[in-house]
Amino acid sequence: MSSATAVGRPARLGLPRWAAPAGAAVLFAAAYLVFRDTATLPHNKEAAPFLAVTELREWIDDNRNDNPLFLYFLNYIRLFVGGLYDAFHTVLLALGWPGITGVMGALGWLSGGRWIAALAVGGVSAFGLLGLWESSVDTLALVAVAVLLSLAVGIPLGVWAGLSWRVRRVLTPVLDVMQIMPTFAYLAPLALFFHIGAPAGAIATMIYAIPPAIRITALAISEVSPTAVEASASLGATGRQTLFKVYLPLARSTMALAVNQTIMMALSMVVIANLISAPGLGGDIIRGLSRAQVGIMLPAGVAVVIMAVVLDRMTMALSRRDAHAATSRADLAGAGALAVAGLALIPVLPRVWPENLTVNVVAEVNDAVRWAETNWYPVTTFIKDVTTRALLNPLESLLTSAPWWLVALAVLAAAWRVSGLRPALTALACLLAIALLGLWEHSMMTMSTVAVAVLVTLAIGLLLGVAAARSPRFSAVQRPILDAAQTMPAFVYLLPALALFGTTRFTAIFASVIYAVPPVVRLVEDGIRAVPATVVEAAASAGSTPRQLLWKVQLPMARRAILLAANQGIVMTLAMVVIGGLVGAGALGYDVVLGFSQRTDFGMGFVAGIATVLLGVMLDRITQGADRRSSPRKRKFT
Amino acid sequence: MGDSHSAAITVEGLWKIFGPKAQKVLDSEDRHLDPAALREKTGCTAAVRDVGFEVRPGEVFVVMGLSGSGKSTLVRCLTRLIEPSAGDITIGGENIGRASPARLREIRRHQVSMVFQHFGLLPHRKVIDNVAYGLEIQGTPRAARHERAEEILSLVGLDGHADAYPDQLSGGMQQRVGLARALAVDPQVMLFDEPFSALDPLIRRDMQAEVIRLHREVGKTLVFITHDLSEALKLGERIAIMRAGSIVQLGTAEELVGAPADDYVADFVRDVPRSHVLTLRWLCRSPEPGESLDGPELPVSTVIRDAIAASSASAHPIRVVDGDELAGVVDRVDLLSFLSGQETPVRAGA
Repeated sequence: MSSATAVGRPARLGLPRWAAPAGAAVLFAAAYLVFRDTATLPHNKEAAPFLAVTELREWIDDNRNDNPLFLYFLNYIRLFVGGLYDAFHTVLLALGWPGITGVMGALGWLSGGRWIAALAVGGVSAFGLLGLWESSVDTLALVAVAVLLSLAVGIPLGVWAGLSWRVRRVLTPVLDVMQIMPTFAYLAPLALFFHIGAPAGAIATMIYAIPPAIRITALAISEVSPTAVEASASLGATGRQTLFKVYLPLARSTMALAVNQTIMMALSMVVIANLISAPGLGGDIIRGLSRAQVGIMLPAGVAVVIMAVVLDRMTMALSRRDAHAATSRADLAGAGALAVAGLALIPVLPRVWPENLTVNVVAEVNDAVRWAETNWYPVTTFIKDVTTRALLNPLESLLTSAPWWLVALAVLAAAWRVSGLRPALTALACLLAIALLGLWEHSMMTMSTVAVAVLVTLAIGLLLGVAAARSPRFSAVQRPILDAAQTMPAFVYLLPALALFGTTRFTAIFASVIYAVPPVVRLVEDGIRAVPATVVEAAASAGSTPRQLLWKVQLPMARRAILLAANQGIVMTLAMVVIGGLVGAGALGYDVVLGFSQRTDFGMGFVAGIATVLLGVMLDRITQGADRRSSPRKRKFT
Repeated sequence: MGDSHSAAITVEGLWKIFGPKAQKVLDSEDRHLDPAALREKTGCTAAVRDVGFEVRPGEVFVVMGLSGSGKSTLVRCLTRLIEPSAGDITIGGENIGRASPARLREIRRHQVSMVFQHFGLLPHRKVIDNVAYGLEIQGTPRAARHERAEEILSLVGLDGHADAYPDQLSGGMQQRVGLARALAVDPQVMLFDEPFSALDPLIRRDMQAEVIRLHREVGKTLVFITHDLSEALKLGERIAIMRAGSIVQLGTAEELVGAPADDYVADFVRDVPRSHVLTLRWLCRSPEPGESLDGPELPVSTVIRDAIAASSASAHPIRVVDGDELAGVVDRVDLLSFLSGQETPVRAGA
C-alpha cells in the first residue's frame, strides 16, 4: 500500500489511460450545455480598441510631417527605401525588355549553365507574352529591393548569431514569432508608419523575408568545421581573417540557400503587399480575387510562379554548384554574348513588350472556369456542403455560443496537457488578449475554419506521407510535385480554390489544405523513413505483417515528426485562412481586408491583424510542446 | 626546475577547469577532488590538473593518454587556443600567458604551429593555397608563398598535387597537407594533436615514418599527442602518460616499460613486447667468478631483441659496456629466461 502511495495516485491506477481526458471532455460538455449562450462576446464594429486605432491613424496622418519621430526617422527610412526602389525601377525600365532578357539570361548562364539561361530567357519573355510586362518589372524591382535589404541586414545578423550563442539565444524567439505571424498582420502597422505605396510594400516584404536570411546564415556559420577554424587560429589568423578566409567561404553554399529562401518568401509577400498599394503583379491578383474573376488573376499568378521558378532555379544552381569548378570559358563566352546581345538591342527594339505579341486569355479562362463551375457543380457543391454542414457549422456555433471562460479553460487544459504549463499560460494570455481586443467572435469563427482545414490537411498528409514512405515508386512520383508546390507563393493556391468553389468559407479551407499538405506529407514521410533500418529489420524478423510494422513500429517512432507536421500544418493553415478573407472566408481575414479598403474600418483591420498573430501564437503554443515531449505516459507520474 | 633558457617549452603548474565557476574552484581546495566528485559538487570539469614538464630543443616529446585524459586540452593550452585557468607556459624563453593578443598571434604565426586530428583543411582552397595559408595571413606576397609551399609539398612527398582540392586526396595525403601547412611557416615548435588516429593502420605507419624522417631532416621540437601506446613508444624520446588531467609518469619508453610508476601505467604497458623496448642495461648482471669475458661487446643501450643474434653467434656471454667501462654480462640463459617469463627478473632488477 505504501509503495502505491509513493507512485502518486493510487485511486487512478485501476482506470484506463484515457479516463482523465474523457472525464474532462464530459465535464466540458456538461458545462457547455448548462452555460450555453451566456457570457458570449458578440462582434461589435464599434469596439473601443478599433476606434482608438482609427483615431490614432487620423492623428498620424495629420501629424506625419510635424512629429519628430516621423520627421527625422521613419520618413527618412521611407525616402531611402523609396529611392532604392525608384533606382531599381529606373534601371530596369532603361534596360527595356531586350536588356532585361539578355542580363537575366547571362546571370542564369553564369549560375547554372545554358539550360538555366534558356529558362531565364523564356521566363522573362513570358512576362511580356502574358501582357504583364510593366507590372512584372514593378514586381521585379520591388523584390530586388526587399531581397537586397533583407540580405544587407540579415546576413550580418546571421553571421553574428552564428558566431555567438548569446546573440542566437536572443534572436531565436523573435524569429520564431516572426515566422508564425500571418502575412496579413504586418501590413496595417506598416501602413500606419510608412504610409502606403512601394516603400511600405518593400519594407513589409523585407520583414517577411528576413527570418530565413538570418536563420540559414546563422546555421551555415555554426556548421563550419571547428577544426578548420581552430587550424586558422593556430596559425595566428586574426578574427577578421578567419571570418573572411574560413567562415564565409565554407558557409557559402548554405548561404546561397538563404538567398534562395529569402527570394521565395519575398515573392510570396510581394503580392500581398499590394493591399497597401505596392505596385506590381499583386494588383491584378488582388483585383481578380476581389471580383472572383480567375481570368484576371491567372496570367498574373502564372507570371509570379514563373518568376519564382526562374529565380529559384538560378539560386539553387548556385548553391549546388561544384565548389571547385571554375566557370568555363565557354560559359563565360555564352553569358557575355547573351548580355551584349541584349544590351545592343536596347536602342533597336521597343522598351516595352510590343502589344501585338501578347496573348490575352482573360475571356477564355473565365469561360473555362464558368464551364467547370456549371459542369462540376454537383461534385464541388457536395464536397463543400458536406464539409460546411458536418464540420464547419457545428464547430463554429459551438465556439461562438460557448461562454468565453469555458473556451479559455478548454484551451488552458489542452495546452497544459500537450505542451506543459508555460506554453499553456502563454496560450491563455493570447486568448484573453483577443477577448479584450473585441474580436472574440470573429476569432472563434476563424479558429473553427482553421480547425477543419487542419483536420483535413492532417488526414490527407498522413495518408500520402505513409504511402510515400512505404512505396519508393510513389515517393519518386510525388517528390517533384511537392518540390514544385513548395516554391509557389502562397496566394497561388487561392486560384484553383476560387475557380472550383467561388467565394465561400470553404474556398479558404480548400486553399489552405492544398497549401499545407505538401510540407505535412514531406515531414511525415521523412519521419517514417528516419526510423532506423535495424529496428524495422528486427520487427520484420519477428514476423510482423506490414500493417503491424506500420502501426506498432513506424508510426509510434515517427511520432515526433508527425506532431511537428501537425504544428507546421496549423501555422500554415492559419496564414492561408486569413488570406482567405479575400475570397469570402469572412471573420478575421475579412476584417483585415476591410481595414485597408475602408478608412473608417482601419482600426478594426489593424486590431484583426494583431488578433491573427495572437491566434497564431496560441495555436503554436498549444501544439509546439508535443514534439518536444518524449512520451505522453511519462508526465502522469512526475 | 632546470634552467628554463635551454628548454624549448616549459610548463609549470598548468590547470584548466571548464565550467561556470572555474576560478572559484581553482582557489578552493575542491580542485584536489577527483573528477567525478568535482563535477558532482561544482559542475566544473578539471581537464588539466597541475601539469608541469619541460621539452628540450629538438626533442620529440609525446603526451599519451586515453580519450578524456586531458591531453588535447593540454596541447591547446600551450598556445592558448584554449585559455588555461592557471599556470606558466614558456616557449622559446617567452611567457605565453602574459603575451598580448597581437603578440600571441605573432607567436602562432612564426614559432609554434599545429597539426590536427581531423586535418582542418579548407575545402574551398587548392592544396597549395592550404599549405600557403599560414604565410598568406602573415601577408607574404602570392608568388613567394607559393614558391615556399611548393618546396614544402615536395618535402612531404606531395609533388604534383598542388592544384588538387583536399577532398580529392586520400586521408593520408590530406594529413600530409596538414603537415605541410604546419611546416610552411618554419616554426621552431610543432604540436601534433593525434594526427594519425583517423588514418588506416598501414597509412598510419607510413606517416609515423614520415614524421621520424622529417624530424631528422628539419630538426624541430615536436610535441606529439596520441592515445596509441605503440605510436608513443615508436616516436617519443620521452613520454608523459596522462590520466584524468594529471601526468602520472614522465620518462623514456624504457623507463615506462621497465619501471611503471603505478598500476595504471603497468596495465598500460603490459602488452608491450619488452624485448623490443628494454635495453641490456635492464638485464645485465655482474659476471660470476670464472665466467668467460671473451664474448662479443655491446653497448648498454642495445635493445634486448637486437642482442639475441650476437648471443647466439657466440658461446660466451655478451659483455655489456657503458662507454669504456664494463657494466655487466648477459648470457643465453639470462636472455631465454627474460624472453620466456618476462615479469620477474625485470621487476626484481629494477
